[in-house]
Amino acid sequence: MKKFKEKLSGRVFFALALSSISALALITVFIIVQGVPIIAEVGFVNFIFGMSWAPSHGEYGIFPMIIGSVTVTLGAAILGVPVGLCCAIFLSEFAPARLRNLFRPAIQLLAGIPSVVYGFWGLLFIVPFIRNVLGGPGLSILAGAVILAIMILPTVISISEVSILALPRQYKEGALALGLTHWQTIRSVILPSAKSGIVAAVILGVGRAIGETMAVIMVLGNAVAVPTSILDPVRTLTTNIGIEMGYASGPHRQALFATGIVLFVIIMALNSTAQYITRKK
Amino acid sequence: MKINPRVSEKIAKGLIWSAALSVLAVLVGIIIFILAKGLPIINWSFLTEIPRNMGRSGGVASPIVGTLFVAAVAVVLAVPFGIGTAFYLAEYTRENAVTRIIRFSAESLAGIPSIVYGLFGFIFFVIYLDLGWSVLSGGLTLAFMILPTVIRTSEEAIRAVPDTYREVSFSLGGTKWQTIRKAVFPSAIQGITNGVILGLGRCVAETAAVILTAGTALRMPASIFSPTRTMAIHFFILAREGISMDNAYGTAALLIILIFFINVVANALVNRFVAKGR
Repeated sequence: MKKFKEKLSGRVFFALALSSISALALITVFIIVQGVPIIAEVGFVNFIFGMSWAPSHGEYGIFPMIIGSVTVTLGAAILGVPVGLCCAIFLSEFAPARLRNLFRPAIQLLAGIPSVVYGFWGLLFIVPFIRNVLGGPGLSILAGAVILAIMILPTVISISEVSILALPRQYKEGALALGLTHWQTIRSVILPSAKSGIVAAVILGVGRAIGETMAVIMVLGNAVAVPTSILDPVRTLTTNIGIEMGYASGPHRQALFATGIVLFVIIMALNSTAQYITRKK
Repeated sequence: MKINPRVSEKIAKGLIWSAALSVLAVLVGIIIFILAKGLPIINWSFLTEIPRNMGRSGGVASPIVGTLFVAAVAVVLAVPFGIGTAFYLAEYTRENAVTRIIRFSAESLAGIPSIVYGLFGFIFFVIYLDLGWSVLSGGLTLAFMILPTVIRTSEEAIRAVPDTYREVSFSLGGTKWQTIRKAVFPSAIQGITNGVILGLGRCVAETAAVILTAGTALRMPASIFSPTRTMAIHFFILAREGISMDNAYGTAALLIILIFFINVVANALVNRFVAKGR
């Protein structure tokens, strides 16, 4: 009986452990099966580089959305990564214990707040600010980038902080003993040694930004056009799905799944890179 | 030109402090703004009435029930698989090709955008399995989404259990299963619960994945096969379509209070866990 239970428990745990593999496989298969036919019909090049998205006329080109996703994400990274890195250095090197104990749960809360709340806040504050101060419609790449910069902070901060805290104490002590100032130590010893973790943090942050949907629907303006300035409205791959999925059917719906495939491939590439970098260490 | 190290030290320190404090300020600003606008809206009838007139009037009782239903289904489904995977990874095997594939899958699942989960849930649960827009479809989709969270936090909790616990159990003649059940699980339970609660928080906050799978129905869900809308979806629709700003603020304030509460419980568990470990 004991032996039977022993064997059974091992088998059961193994079966349960296969769940994540099956989940990933199911998701991949179903998204691909839904989206690939329309890519084949339109043609891969026409789909990716096509400039016109007009489902009612059977035109499915997602190039403006790709440009939209790339610009908004790039903006979010430019704004969010330096701030996030500063926060990680602050938490691991400068913060007094009491402030740190306040800051960490605050960052966790920041990660937990529904994304739609950020979008709403952006719509009420960031969008009018941009419209009144910088011009344009306000609903813009810049507005989306600001919201996403805030939303990727928890990812960037927590992963960078962990990689800084994981460094051996001797690195820092050695540098300080050689007479370097605290900042020189951070810049020339701590940051370079924690580089791989920080790079992974940035990649995962970028992944979060490129995948965010509901918050950016509210602030991007969602126009299908290649933008000429950061004050122009754009549509991203995610918002394209989020906006049209509610009423799409037939080939239109398939085209949205195909948009999902493109997104899925980008995210898997980013994730695998991040995993590879952290593993190598 | 070479900047004096003392000057650059001061500049860098100033920049880092101001970045950190402004992040804190933005967070506090958002929360205070939503609570200031939303708390006055919340009263007994807001909590107990179902939305009327597309949400222009009435309360949010059915979205509250919908949120709890969907999140409960997701947690109940994800927990056994997540904890099982964690025990397998931590207790039953060494690092090998199979564990690498499991870890790769879990980490990939963690990175997949929620809108892609929404697409998948829509085509697989709503259409293919013919569950329709329902509490069950939404919960199943979210279960897929929170699986990696539960796996990661549970595995950390299991690995944090000191090896001496296992050694004592084995030396008393305990089998692997008895050791896990009687020695490892009881000491890891707090950490595991923390992971489950974090998953619950993700469910409550999620919009993109559930709007495509649970639907946007306003009436009270009668069973897990009924369509429903969660609070996050309700808030999104009210705010985006400008249906009722007051009710949007009220819903957002409720959401933030709920998330705050979930975070406090999770942190309290971790702190107790850490205190006990010492």
